[in-house]
Amino acid sequence: MKRHLLSAGDLSRDDAELVLTTADEMRSLADRPIKKLPALRGRTVVNLFFEDSTRTRISFEAAAKRLSADVINFAAKGSSLSKGESLKDTALTLEAMGADAVVVRHGASGAPHRLAYSGWVRSSVVNAGDGTHEHPTQALLDAFTMWKHLGESKPGGLEGRRIAIVGDVLHSRVARSNALLLRTLGAEVTLIAPPTLLPVGVETWPVETSYDLDAVIPKADAVMMLRVQRERMNGGFFPTPREYSRRYGLDARRMGTLQDHTIVMHPGPMVRGMEITADVADSPRSVIVEQVTNGVAVRMAVLYLLLGGSEPAVGGEE
Amino acid sequence: MKYLIKGAAVLGGAPTDLLLEDGAIAEVGTGLSAAGAEVVDAAGLVALPGLVDLHTHLREPGREDAETVESGTAAAARGGFTAVHAMANTDPVADTAGVVEQVWRLGREAGYCDVRPVGAVTVGLAGERLAELGAMADSAAQVRVFSDDGKCVSDAVLMRRALEYVKAFDGVVAQHAQEPRLTEDAQMNEGELSGRLGLAGWPAVAEEAIIARDCLLAAHVGSRLHVCHVSTAGSVEIIRWAKSKGWNVTAEVCPHHLLLTDELAATYDPIYKVNPPLRSSTDVEALRAALADGTIDVVATDHAPHPHEDKDCEWAAAAFGMLGLETALSIVQETMVDAGLLDWAGVADRMSTAPARIGRVAEHGRPLEPGQPANLVLHDPSVRRPVDPTESASLSRNTPYAGMELPGRVVATFLRGRATVLDGKLQ
Repeated sequence: MKRHLLSAGDLSRDDAELVLTTADEMRSLADRPIKKLPALRGRTVVNLFFEDSTRTRISFEAAAKRLSADVINFAAKGSSLSKGESLKDTALTLEAMGADAVVVRHGASGAPHRLAYSGWVRSSVVNAGDGTHEHPTQALLDAFTMWKHLGESKPGGLEGRRIAIVGDVLHSRVARSNALLLRTLGAEVTLIAPPTLLPVGVETWPVETSYDLDAVIPKADAVMMLRVQRERMNGGFFPTPREYSRRYGLDARRMGTLQDHTIVMHPGPMVRGMEITADVADSPRSVIVEQVTNGVAVRMAVLYLLLGGSEPAVGGEE
Repeated sequence: MKYLIKGAAVLGGAPTDLLLEDGAIAEVGTGLSAAGAEVVDAAGLVALPGLVDLHTHLREPGREDAETVESGTAAAARGGFTAVHAMANTDPVADTAGVVEQVWRLGREAGYCDVRPVGAVTVGLAGERLAELGAMADSAAQVRVFSDDGKCVSDAVLMRRALEYVKAFDGVVAQHAQEPRLTEDAQMNEGELSGRLGLAGWPAVAEEAIIARDCLLAAHVGSRLHVCHVSTAGSVEIIRWAKSKGWNVTAEVCPHHLLLTDELAATYDPIYKVNPPLRSSTDVEALRAALADGTIDVVATDHAPHPHEDKDCEWAAAAFGMLGLETALSIVQETMVDAGLLDWAGVADRMSTAPARIGRVAEHGRPLEPGQPANLVLHDPSVRRPVDPTESASLSRNTPYAGMELPGRVVATFLRGRATVLDGKLQ
């Protein structure tokens, strides 16, 4: 693997399979009485969050702690853009503290890339979501979840599986990372959204696109619903939330058209009643809570592999 | 001070001697000699009339940490310019006679090149009501070019009135063509790459729609329109159509839009962040062709200095703009002359004669003939050199060309017979 994880596109198929296999070993830990490994003892992981994201931060925090790393949470909300301390000065501070890995969430697309390549820090950089660009660990945990439900025994074996990703693709870092990673793993991805919420140039992506949810989901093996952020609702991208829900929301009627094995996913946080109804979110098809559990395992695998774990992470020493 | 320039290729032609005396070109010929004149060996050098920039940001008053009139005009002289138009988006905005006269006077005091202030079209660049355009025109600065550059005069009625009003003093409105609603938070060219990088797109149509509207308005009221920093193939088509109608529309292209493409945004390095943004290679080809055939009249630098911290950050937080004065002629050589699209006479037209005509700058852009003001540049087209930002006379270092090897070097610049640059060094 490379030294940083900035984009799901940085991962070769071998890399992705290694992360998923390692995550599988990490997940088996959850069933043990002692859920902790000594693998990253003495290493420091900094969670640098310029945006509020309790879910992602505690997932990374749990992951690092289960690997025995020291964790520093640095909530630098609003720092740079609001003319506070700059990203560079924050980075220099972390460098001075001796961070081995920086997990960064930032509202500006490309901020983790700047952190990794501007010479400000020497540590590994993990992108925990940047602007409307990418969220590669979310894609990894989604792929892990799909593999567990749909895949072959081979890690990441999603060859030919049909994945529908529905909603605000334009502003979604989750959709970008998933499209790249699922393609690497051999799945067939269809993005479904109103035309106003598909990015310019999406026809050059390695995916299919559709405006018609009902036409696509009966053939899908997994349906991933994306959150519609509140600020989009008044942005003129669609006429009303009600019309959006009618055309692109997943409700019980639409769920009835799915194949028996098809799973329903959501990266969270959900807007119940908007893109997904409560009865769908809470149905047996929904793997939304499982995605959260898998998130910790996948992030453990990423931190372990980036910080140069050369021995098997899950050994017999404890 | 007398200078005898020996063996310069005037507009790329046969070796010719020029005698500069008392601020004017005294003689042009071969085998000239003059007692007491400093001889400049110009064998192998191309002589062009001093370059004229229609679009420079000198940042003074207000952002003297980025550039001053003195440092910016020194950079201009090093780039072969003898006149620059200082854009109005200073702090305070150049929207009164007082501010434009201050900028004009600072230029005179610095002495590196003539500074022609551009007046704001609207008070405070706010796009709400006309600034006192007549007062600026009548001031010592004699403003003829008016622009809200950095912002678009997007209100159609206001734009119409401005176009009409400046007819009284032979002015021109230079429009920064950017439909504001189509470009809210825009960061880079809208295309496949902006979608992939997750950077908000700046679509070509936002430029083209304003240009089309303004051409129609200019035709309707019979006024002169100048279009700043044209960046798309579609804009070229619209301007070509407007010119074919005989309408009084001129346009400029920036060196960076002739050379660089939006692919560079993939680095997320905001050194490449500029407004309008770098476009596709198709656009670059169209702009070069349009400059060659005269659809685009001039090259203008849009020299936009910024302090280091405004570029040493994440893309979205960074300022728009890049340096341009000291590299413009090299880039035009690279993209136009060496590419066989334009000869040196064409370069003289696009970088001196035409901008002087559009800006109504009487003493510049003149032919290199006896009796004309001695404003000229000697350019060595034979060398190639990597761009070294530390050599710049600008106070800022935000050049996207650092380390890039470019052809040509300005050896000497003369302003009214006085060397502002000699042997490549500021005088």
